[in-house]
Amino acid sequence: MDKTIDITLKIWRQHDRKAKGAFETYNLKGISTDSSFLEMLDVLNEQLINEGKEPVVFDHDCREGICGMCSLYINGHPHGPDTAVTTCQLHMRKFHNGDVITIEPWRSAGFPVIRDLMVDRTAFDQIIQAGGYISVNCGGAQDANAVRIPKKDADEAMDSASCIGCGACVAACKNGSAMLFVSAKVSQFALLPQGRVEAARRARAMVAKMDELGFGNCTNTGACAAECPKSVSLSNIARLNREFIKAKLKD
Amino acid sequence: MTKLDSKIPEGPLSEKWTNYKAHQKLVNPANKRRLDIIVVGTGLAGGSAAATLGELGFKVINFCIQDSPRRAHSIAAQGGINAAKNYQNDGDSVYRLFYDTIKGGDYRAREANVYRLAEVSNNIIDQCVAQGVPFAREYGGLLDNRSFGGAQVSRTFYAKGQTGQQLLLGAYSSLSRQVKKGNVVLKTRYEMLDLVIVDGRARGVIVRNLVTGKLERYSAHAVVVATGGYGNVYFLSTNAMASNGSVAVQCYRKGAYFANPAFAQIHPTCIPVHGEYQSKLTLMSESLRNDGRIWVPKKKEDAEAIRQGKLKPTQIKEEDRDYYLERRYPAFGNLVPRDVASRAAKERCDAGYGVGSTGLAVYLDFSEAIQRLGREAVEARYGNLFQMYEKIVDENPYETPMMIFPASHYTMGGLWVDYELMTTIPGLFAIGEANFSDHGANRLGASALMQGLADGYFVLPYTIQNYLSDQIQVPRFSTDLPEFEEAEKGVKARIERLMNIKGHRSVDSIHKELGHIMWNYVGMGRNKAGLELAIKKIDELKEVFYSDLRIPGAADTLNVELEKALRLEDFLVIGKLMAYDALNREESCGGHFREEYQTPDGEAQRNDKDYMYVSCWKYEGKGKKPELFKEELNYEAIKVQQRNYKQ
Repeated sequence: MDKTIDITLKIWRQHDRKAKGAFETYNLKGISTDSSFLEMLDVLNEQLINEGKEPVVFDHDCREGICGMCSLYINGHPHGPDTAVTTCQLHMRKFHNGDVITIEPWRSAGFPVIRDLMVDRTAFDQIIQAGGYISVNCGGAQDANAVRIPKKDADEAMDSASCIGCGACVAACKNGSAMLFVSAKVSQFALLPQGRVEAARRARAMVAKMDELGFGNCTNTGACAAECPKSVSLSNIARLNREFIKAKLKD
Repeated sequence: MTKLDSKIPEGPLSEKWTNYKAHQKLVNPANKRRLDIIVVGTGLAGGSAAATLGELGFKVINFCIQDSPRRAHSIAAQGGINAAKNYQNDGDSVYRLFYDTIKGGDYRAREANVYRLAEVSNNIIDQCVAQGVPFAREYGGLLDNRSFGGAQVSRTFYAKGQTGQQLLLGAYSSLSRQVKKGNVVLKTRYEMLDLVIVDGRARGVIVRNLVTGKLERYSAHAVVVATGGYGNVYFLSTNAMASNGSVAVQCYRKGAYFANPAFAQIHPTCIPVHGEYQSKLTLMSESLRNDGRIWVPKKKEDAEAIRQGKLKPTQIKEEDRDYYLERRYPAFGNLVPRDVASRAAKERCDAGYGVGSTGLAVYLDFSEAIQRLGREAVEARYGNLFQMYEKIVDENPYETPMMIFPASHYTMGGLWVDYELMTTIPGLFAIGEANFSDHGANRLGASALMQGLADGYFVLPYTIQNYLSDQIQVPRFSTDLPEFEEAEKGVKARIERLMNIKGHRSVDSIHKELGHIMWNYVGMGRNKAGLELAIKKIDELKEVFYSDLRIPGAADTLNVELEKALRLEDFLVIGKLMAYDALNREESCGGHFREEYQTPDGEAQRNDKDYMYVSCWKYEGKGKKPELFKEELNYEAIKVQQRNYKQ
């Protein structure tokens, strides 16, 4: 049989961007430890709806840890206390009977609250739009095996590319910096021959957009990588800095 | 009666697409700037189409329900993408990929479309590599491949267990570039709620801004829907929580035919259901069947002991294990197509050999692979999948076999489209999983990514021009036209009706009931009595929905429960349509298994004489049974056979 626990939740409720938010307390009984954190919130919402109250709003979609839609700042950690998982893959077995769990939205100037635990992350799309691509139109590409790419470089590019754009790095950073996110994309392309052509231009454009959108500076605390659900490495930031300096030297 | 014209080009199969492109009408660059195209959805199909149409110079408006185009559920595809490159020199070719896809679909797909799909598959890989998609490579620096179900060659390209993610991010990058250039206007957190038709042509959409709750109108010269499948009709599925079939239903109500709704894919390797609170099922990639071996205990008493927790799978001796896929299908073994593998798992569990606490699970075992290749090699191939399994189930798959069970995963059915991917409504196109065209009654693994990107990058950007070429004189539309007014009024009335029920039941609680009905009667095994019962039960559930639904909050603001209620209302329509279609099709083919029609050894028994057609359903109005139209399938290049994965 499933093991169950009773918990107390302190959840940030905020009606819209401009409204003043506050914590509300909810008690939940008999939560299966095999359920995921979001399934626990589903149970809470079902309970609230049955009581005629408005459910807690939070972002989620694939519930497989890959879409990057879910967020939540749980007991002081983006995506909660477990390592290398998103909130949707965090399970209640990581908590104990009687625990008080505090749930907040991502808190960053770059991610304004939409409602409750849902935030606006369109700033990330804008950073990608600034240069997070290789400028090739569809059609006319050469054969995929025409250029050989060392396995090591391809694997490393893949590790950088595994960023899911959830924003945990920003939420974890005391400066609200988006450097890990930006550097992961810059690195992925800088590591591949097809991306080298625009490497300097890309680094410059993405960093400029990040600054413009109000994200903070990087002071190398490493909190971003420590909290990243996909374990995107700090070495990406080092590579971004190199690409950025190279770009500046060319100016 | 409308005659279904599939517009298959003249000439031998291998020259049809070339001929089409050589003779189709095009739109010149100056005119492209004057033409607006609405694309709904930003997954592999929608994202790639919006990007490519933007590159060509059309003015594109692209909607998605998530906060970013990168969240579309294509991102969750794990295993890979097929292409006929034959880099492995193992005998692959465009023809073989075409043949495998037709056969895998149990001879219920349109030959010309599938051949075109196989033809452009190679371009997709080239395009993605050029975009910087980090596919897996060998030490020599060339691309690596693995094999998937229903194929005897290795033609699947992959990026770890995150191929869908990488391909989607590739399309998203291209899309972002067009947004920057101003050719694509992106509208995130928007949901389409109706299609607007002016003078018989698709000319716009009514959408709801999910943040403000306001309804908005958008017009265009053509509308492309790329809104995925309706697998969430089962409530529990591998689809994302917001995946839905509503746009398909809106188009169906406006006159687009819904094709083969009963063809739903139940994927064999998912993490089993474990509790009532469960919100979704997690897929374990088909690629695992390259090295994992599927088994249940040979003896019923062993299965019983395992269910009671008295015995561990690792304690079952080799000779007491029944590797039932290898036993039944020696030629393809663990790599039989999904429908075959799912049914075989159900057969063993129904017979009392299932494992796990519920008895609804089978083992997927890597011990032999770990012995053969070493733990490190297995980790390199499947590491992220093993980690995901461990996080969810709390068991280490390196030490004990995984438990898996079939779950709703993909829908082959969808909006009927012709060779140009246009529906029965002029100017309305459907691409990717939203259409029905390429997978027949069963989709092969790693073919969804291929189809989505084929449609979006290489097919639609051509075929849509054939439609738009005579639209260049048509000025941009005003959204003040009475057709827009009326459509918006209809959406408003629909929302008000749901908001005013003020009953007691949450959306999810009703959706779960629908899921049970669908899984039990319109799932892996179907029969006449069960399907008739399903229709009755869905009608009863509809009454509950319209009399006892409760949506808290208001309609003119962000309201997640309202969003879910609107989707559920449409799932109730789709569920019934699936049951009608399954009832009509008195044969078994692919994922559609009618228990009355099976061979003596339990395989699907097709009836080509009476059912070699695409069933196309036309909406006839509320409460009325839809009318059935048939698109007969003619196979010119392929000899139609009983599917055989045994020899």
